[in-house]
Amino acid sequence: MKEQILSVSQITGLIKQTLEENFYEVSVIGEISNFKAHISGHWYFTLKDSNAAINCTMWRGVNNYVFFTPQDGMKVIVNGKISVYPPRGSYQIDVRSMQPAGVGELQAAFDKLKQKLAAEGLFDEKFKKPIPKYPMKIGIVTAIGSAAFQDLQSIASRRFPLAELVIASCKVQGEGAALDIANSIKLLNQQNDIDLIIVGRGGGSLEDLWAFNEEIVARAIFESKIPIISAVGHEIDFTISDFVADLRAPTPSAAMELATPNKEELFGFISEFSYHFEGKIIEIISNYRGQVNLALSSYGFRLPQDFVRNRAQFLDNLLYRFQNVFVSKLSALKNHLALLESKIQTFNVDKILQRGFIIVKQNEKFITKKKYFNPAESFLMKFYDGELKINGQEKRK
Amino acid sequence: MGKKKESNFEESLNRLQEISELLENEEVGLEESIKLYEEGIKLAKFCYTTLKDAELRVTELKKQLEENIKQ
Repeated sequence: MKEQILSVSQITGLIKQTLEENFYEVSVIGEISNFKAHISGHWYFTLKDSNAAINCTMWRGVNNYVFFTPQDGMKVIVNGKISVYPPRGSYQIDVRSMQPAGVGELQAAFDKLKQKLAAEGLFDEKFKKPIPKYPMKIGIVTAIGSAAFQDLQSIASRRFPLAELVIASCKVQGEGAALDIANSIKLLNQQNDIDLIIVGRGGGSLEDLWAFNEEIVARAIFESKIPIISAVGHEIDFTISDFVADLRAPTPSAAMELATPNKEELFGFISEFSYHFEGKIIEIISNYRGQVNLALSSYGFRLPQDFVRNRAQFLDNLLYRFQNVFVSKLSALKNHLALLESKIQTFNVDKILQRGFIIVKQNEKFITKKKYFNPAESFLMKFYDGELKINGQEKRK
Repeated sequence: MGKKKESNFEESLNRLQEISELLENEEVGLEESIKLYEEGIKLAKFCYTTLKDAELRVTELKKQLEENIKQ
């Protein structure tokens, strides 16, 4: 039998046929290296263990069904077929599905991404934006039909119904969820009036929550100009999103509570203003009244008053003195007058007596007429130079 | 229109907060205090009725721009 000579294409064709027929359905475990997500959407990577390596491809569309983004060093189980690429004479696994080799792999991937982003500064406190006090438009990134969205809605309605929720609905788990979440965050950032974004979902398994551990979500959160609250799963679940976000809430409900002011507290504040400050204003007015009174009673204000009072007192004193002087002068004059009067009287009588007349007095009375004279009684005869007592006629009888 | 009302609420509430702090401060004069109080009462009334009558609105953002973002 003559030795058969094959062309390169022929031998490659045979190899291709042999390999592809015999390894149509294989599952391979190995560690990912040289992972490349091409711009076309296809994935290229190498799967290796300590002794061997094999190239892998995963086409766009197929790789949408992988819930996580593969990373170098991650141990995975891939399922697919061997295919040969004739132009290069290379073989590879055409991967149909991929899963982590164990939950530990996801944890490892989580830790690795966390470390990487931390080193880049994505979790730094200095990048945390403040959460607005009264968000009027709250962007929501979650699935619109979910219980989480129901919770967000009912809490917003109870606490701060003045707000508007703007939901950018997205897938929150499974294939394509991470990209969907990232795009929703970007979409909300393109609106110009969103005050705050809540990104999250309700509880679930690590796989369910995985989209929130993806780098693409982390970067979308970091690049958001609008403050973001991350609320994924339950209290105990921590995701990469939580670390990058401006604030982490344990649950979606808690996120809305953190995001909104409490209506009742606002009412409280408003009515406190109305009541408390009515009293306050009265207090302020009475304080000012007190100050005015104080000013009025101050030394400075008392001076003019005292001046007037002093003058008044001076005037009173003066008047008093005038009065005194006047009264004493008057009485002195009166006395003098009386004296003069009596002198005048005395002077008149004396003159008459000097001329030889006498005055007759009986019983201390002047006898001015004959009929008043009682001859039986004694009487006095007043001469100019003295009095002479004359006894009554009876005694001489 | 609605947006204006909303931001007015926030501004009003902030102003009310500011006024209450100013009034707590004894250094504000009498006339100023009374002016502030009057303004505050107006704002309080506005905030109260706005909040009391409010109902939560929900808008779903259509993802018309999504394709642009992807590229």
